[in-house]
Amino acid sequence: MNDDKNDPDRIAAVMREHVDLMNSAVPWGNEVGFQVTKVERGHVWGLQPWAENLVGDPETGVIHGGVITTFLDNLSGMACTAAMTKLRFVATIDLRIDYMRPAEKGLDIIGEAECYRVTKSVCFTRAWAYHETRDRLIATSAGTFAINKPRFGSQSPQGKTLP
Amino acid sequence: MNPNLTNPRADEVDAILKRVPFAQTLGMRCEVMGDEMTAILPFQEKLIGNVTIRALHGGAIASFLELTAMLQVFLVSDMPRPPRPINITIDYLRQGHAKDLYARAFVMKMGRRMASVRAEAWQENRADPVSAITAHFMVAQD
Repeated sequence: MNDDKNDPDRIAAVMREHVDLMNSAVPWGNEVGFQVTKVERGHVWGLQPWAENLVGDPETGVIHGGVITTFLDNLSGMACTAAMTKLRFVATIDLRIDYMRPAEKGLDIIGEAECYRVTKSVCFTRAWAYHETRDRLIATSAGTFAINKPRFGSQSPQGKTLP
Repeated sequence: MNPNLTNPRADEVDAILKRVPFAQTLGMRCEVMGDEMTAILPFQEKLIGNVTIRALHGGAIASFLELTAMLQVFLVSDMPRPPRPINITIDYLRQGHAKDLYARAFVMKMGRRMASVRAEAWQENRADPVSAITAHFMVAQD
């Protein structure tokens, strides 16, 4: 455990330590079967394997858009938490998903979310879903998240704009 | 009399729900009355996103709304298969509680190539939506 309260990477480090818990504590996340694979400050990666029960078009075996929405929403929210220096959870205000092309049958989907701005009460995110590399984009998203107030104290969840 | 009999497309909506694995995973169903449709997502533990406050997962709600919007476009069109999504924007307005969720979609514009749709989900009162989406679909057959 990192005890330096001023370390900007502190929350991301806590999340890395508890990645197994994050992967198992969300029932709907378990149902669709995605996993968080990597956490850095303000940046989270995940893996969504193809599965029969997620198919939206039985003729082509393409995964339903709702699976991608779940995936990118979840990763974006985690990227917000990973961007802050104090432990804060967030709630999605809104999320826009653009579907670039259908996901291919049988292939894993990689997700990547970035929280690029934290204000006193709102986080701004963008995220990508793709096969293997970002030039094989399946979907992109832009989101805003409200920072939930802590139960005790009222310190600002100060974060800085990421490069 | 079964109101579904008044719209032959209603049976096709039912068939799609049975055929699409992800609709089965969600466990949703639809009641069609003419050109109006109410989608129902019966509560199940697996739809939870936050176990502490027992809230429905935003992704589950968004998935349900996207399917509702898609099926509404299919219902009021003569397309042979459901339309493909271009994009969706979701507003999360209230917490989704651990109970049944309902949704209705309204096709704002049915163009030759694209359809623009609004869908809302609610629990106790329809006037207090839990979430709403605006979605665009390709309706052109290519």
